[in-house]
Amino acid sequence: MGDHISSSGESHGSVGSYLTGFVLAVILTVASFGLVMSHAMSPAGTGGAIALLAVVQIVVHLIYFLHMNGSSEQRWNVMAFVFTVLSVLVLVAGTMFIMHDTAINMMSR
Amino acid sequence: MLGKLTLSAIPYDVPILVGTFIGAAIAGLAVVGLITYYGKWGYLWREWLTSVDHKRIGVMYIVVALVALFRGFADAIMMRSQLALAYAGNPGYLPPHHYDQIFSAHGTIMIFFMAVAFMQGLMNIVVPLQIGARDVAFPFVNTLSFWMTTISFLLVNVSLFIGEFSQCGWLAYPPLSEQQFSPGVGVDYYIWAVQLSGVGTLLTGVNFFATIVKMRAPGMTYMRMPVFTWTIFCTTVLIMVAFPILTVAMGLLGLDRYLGMHFFTNDGGGNQMLYLSVIWGWGHPEVYILVLPAFGAFSEITQTFSRKPLFGYKTMVYATASIMVLSLVVWVHHFFTMGAGPNVNAFFGIMTMIIAVPTGVKIFNWLFTMYKGRIDFHATMYWVIGFMITFSIGGMTGVMLAIPASDFVLHNSLFVIAHFHNVIIGGVYFGYVAAMNFWFPKAFGFKLNEAWGKRAFWFWFVGFYVAFMPLYVLGFEGMTRRMNHYDNPEWHPWLLIAEVGAVLIACGIVCQLTQLYVSIRDRNLAENRDLTGDPWNARTLEWSTSSPPPFYNFAILPEVHELDAFAHDKEAGIDTRQAGGNYQPIHMPKNTACGFLIGAFSFVMGFGAIWYIWWLAAVGLIGVIATVIARSSDNDVDYYVPVSEVARIEQEHTHNLMAAQAAE
Amino acid sequence: MAQNMTADAAHAHDEHHESPVVFGFWLYLMTDCIIFGTLFAVFAVLRDQFAGGPTGHEVFELSGVGIETAILLFSSITYGFGMIAAHENKVSTMRTWLGVTFLLGLGFLFMEIREFSHMIAEGNGPDRSAFLSAFFTLVGTHGLHVTCGLLWMAVLLFQTAGKTELNERMIGKLTCLSLFWHFLDIVWICVFTFVYLMSVI
Repeated sequence: MGDHISSSGESHGSVGSYLTGFVLAVILTVASFGLVMSHAMSPAGTGGAIALLAVVQIVVHLIYFLHMNGSSEQRWNVMAFVFTVLSVLVLVAGTMFIMHDTAINMMSR
Repeated sequence: MLGKLTLSAIPYDVPILVGTFIGAAIAGLAVVGLITYYGKWGYLWREWLTSVDHKRIGVMYIVVALVALFRGFADAIMMRSQLALAYAGNPGYLPPHHYDQIFSAHGTIMIFFMAVAFMQGLMNIVVPLQIGARDVAFPFVNTLSFWMTTISFLLVNVSLFIGEFSQCGWLAYPPLSEQQFSPGVGVDYYIWAVQLSGVGTLLTGVNFFATIVKMRAPGMTYMRMPVFTWTIFCTTVLIMVAFPILTVAMGLLGLDRYLGMHFFTNDGGGNQMLYLSVIWGWGHPEVYILVLPAFGAFSEITQTFSRKPLFGYKTMVYATASIMVLSLVVWVHHFFTMGAGPNVNAFFGIMTMIIAVPTGVKIFNWLFTMYKGRIDFHATMYWVIGFMITFSIGGMTGVMLAIPASDFVLHNSLFVIAHFHNVIIGGVYFGYVAAMNFWFPKAFGFKLNEAWGKRAFWFWFVGFYVAFMPLYVLGFEGMTRRMNHYDNPEWHPWLLIAEVGAVLIACGIVCQLTQLYVSIRDRNLAENRDLTGDPWNARTLEWSTSSPPPFYNFAILPEVHELDAFAHDKEAGIDTRQAGGNYQPIHMPKNTACGFLIGAFSFVMGFGAIWYIWWLAAVGLIGVIATVIARSSDNDVDYYVPVSEVARIEQEHTHNLMAAQAAE
Repeated sequence: MAQNMTADAAHAHDEHHESPVVFGFWLYLMTDCIIFGTLFAVFAVLRDQFAGGPTGHEVFELSGVGIETAILLFSSITYGFGMIAAHENKVSTMRTWLGVTFLLGLGFLFMEIREFSHMIAEGNGPDRSAFLSAFFTLVGTHGLHVTCGLLWMAVLLFQTAGKTELNERMIGKLTCLSLFWHFLDIVWICVFTFVYLMSVI
């Protein structure tokens, strides 16, 4: 609480930071599409690579477009975000774990 | 023009429903007539229905919750009576079509409109006061949440008299709930009621999380927050994680039904088991959403009536937080028998058992708080002790069900019914009633009658055991839930005993109503009136302001130096109110009808969609959007309370305080 | 006048409670994140349930997805430039950038509706198989969010028409929509990666 820099200290980004983010995002997107369309790697390798590229691009968007940072007035925003990401991971991984196991045991596939 | 709606949708040939309708119509007309007779419509509209004051919204929530309790309990006692009769060839008085609607409505109403509404009511009344704030972070969103819950409950009740309700149990499992097997409007009523009330609850979660993070009184660090606020904090986190999952589950089921999609159908590659996984991803955290606030209330009540600070405040906070996290990774224990392998079942079984550890920590904390305390056996305290006994039993049967192997024997039997009523009545309901007894004087300025409170407790406590212990036995004897009639002679005596229990609980509810009536009648007696604002010599900030609090809660925001700020101030002789201090104009939100309007339009939209009256649904949707835009364009949303008015109200309270001190 | 003075004084007194609007909206976005997370989980489970219908490989056109991605990315920085103008109180510049963003969003929506109607016309609608149900619902939910964003943008353009400066409340609303718009872009990254690209590998 306490510190009064919040009203002025909030970052809104600049033209430069938006352009940096944009260029990075374009490179990462093109890399993803290129990998898939060129069939340069094995299917499993491509899957892993584009998943990784997606994660990197999400981080780029968070930093350059959503201006997320480690400052104190953003502490709760970041904490809420991290908790949400963890919950989503639990949800997605849990659902896939459960349904995969069920499919095998019930021979539903 | 009217979609599926025809005259045959009105069940005028079912005597029970006709009787209910006549009863409800007479009661409704009586209320309307009384309000008109006393000319209170304007007052009701200006001061309550359009209010953004969290205390009034909280009271309205609890009124809705009590109405839902009567409706849900009426369903319960009908089910018990049916099972007491429908034995050995006797079909009982409820045909399956009607009986199935009753048990579906009972569960839906008790969870979504009794428990969730009651919980939101309590947090509305208590949390802003407890953290020393003047209102919630988003007062307009608060009234919107309330109306979404209320109109959804109205939608469920409309289904009594127009069409039918779902016959698929309280979670509407597919494929039974799919269009193919439930072509009527019952499931659509269920989907829309749950979906719309879910919006309200989700917004409440966001609102109170933001309130607790951003609006605590100066000096109130997280480890100085009262335990009740901590439990609400964790509850709001769970609401924000769990309710979106419910939205998706209801949405997908709706898409299956309305657009012929194949999420959970038998054909087209659909997977019913996916529904179980998704809906319980909400359903399990929901249990903790309900019970954590009750734990918080028990903590406040135990320390107040034991006359000493809570034992192990920090462990209580950590236990609450670990329950919050663990509750997100246990959902499979609701469907161990679905066919997932031992890997899945073992993981989720062990996680479930681990939850018993922090819960046990809490029980011991309450016991040690009472140990060597000067316990005041107030009616409120009865519910707390009743809870500790009952909830411990319920928790232990829960650990039994957490073992996948024993769950294979007990799944879908009455043992499960006995277990979750054991924790929901013994934990959630006892907690909310205790909280209502505890905070009632804060909300209204007079205490609830203690004698009737104790009578209500004994009827509920004994009634609970008589009604639900037989169900454990019946579960072991193999009786499944949702059964309409049966032929097994061994079950009959137990079901008769359970019926007696239901009647005892009915007496408990009558005692609670009497308690309310007697308390309101005797509200001006000196021993009932709360002039000090602190009737129980309690420890937290909500008791430092008057009862009922002024609409701005605190003229000067309290300074917090320690845990249990108010108790600390009383000991140190500090005036928490800073009476006669330097008052400033107070910034307050203006009342608004927008929440009510959005709720009304949502009701129209839901009703239209349920009956496939698409123009009506479109009118509702456009109405909602237009109201939101109008609200966002309105710049006249707040005002300042002048210093003179603040000083006048505060002086009045100071005067009352001195009168109360002189009387002592 | 005097009343204004006292109001300002009181406002200064309240200052340590900064407006929670943007934080509250961020929390709402987190709940939206869970909605999309659940939809992705559902898609992950049903992605192979073709029920004799077409596979993703057969119905997805990557060139269209690429254009949609490009449009959304552009709209992200045009909105960003709009926000920079808003913080400098250049209302008309802000409105121009918002207008550009609006048109880009409309273009995205047009592309998506074309893709959907094309698939439905060929008999590959959401009722064809569980895979297509999950696909239409996930991508359609994103599209619905874009539609709401556009409606919101139109309302803000209307509300700022003829204004020479932006008050705190309006900046707050613009910031919330900015978060919303960038958030939709992040969801789209997951959509094109895990729905489109993964299905055609």
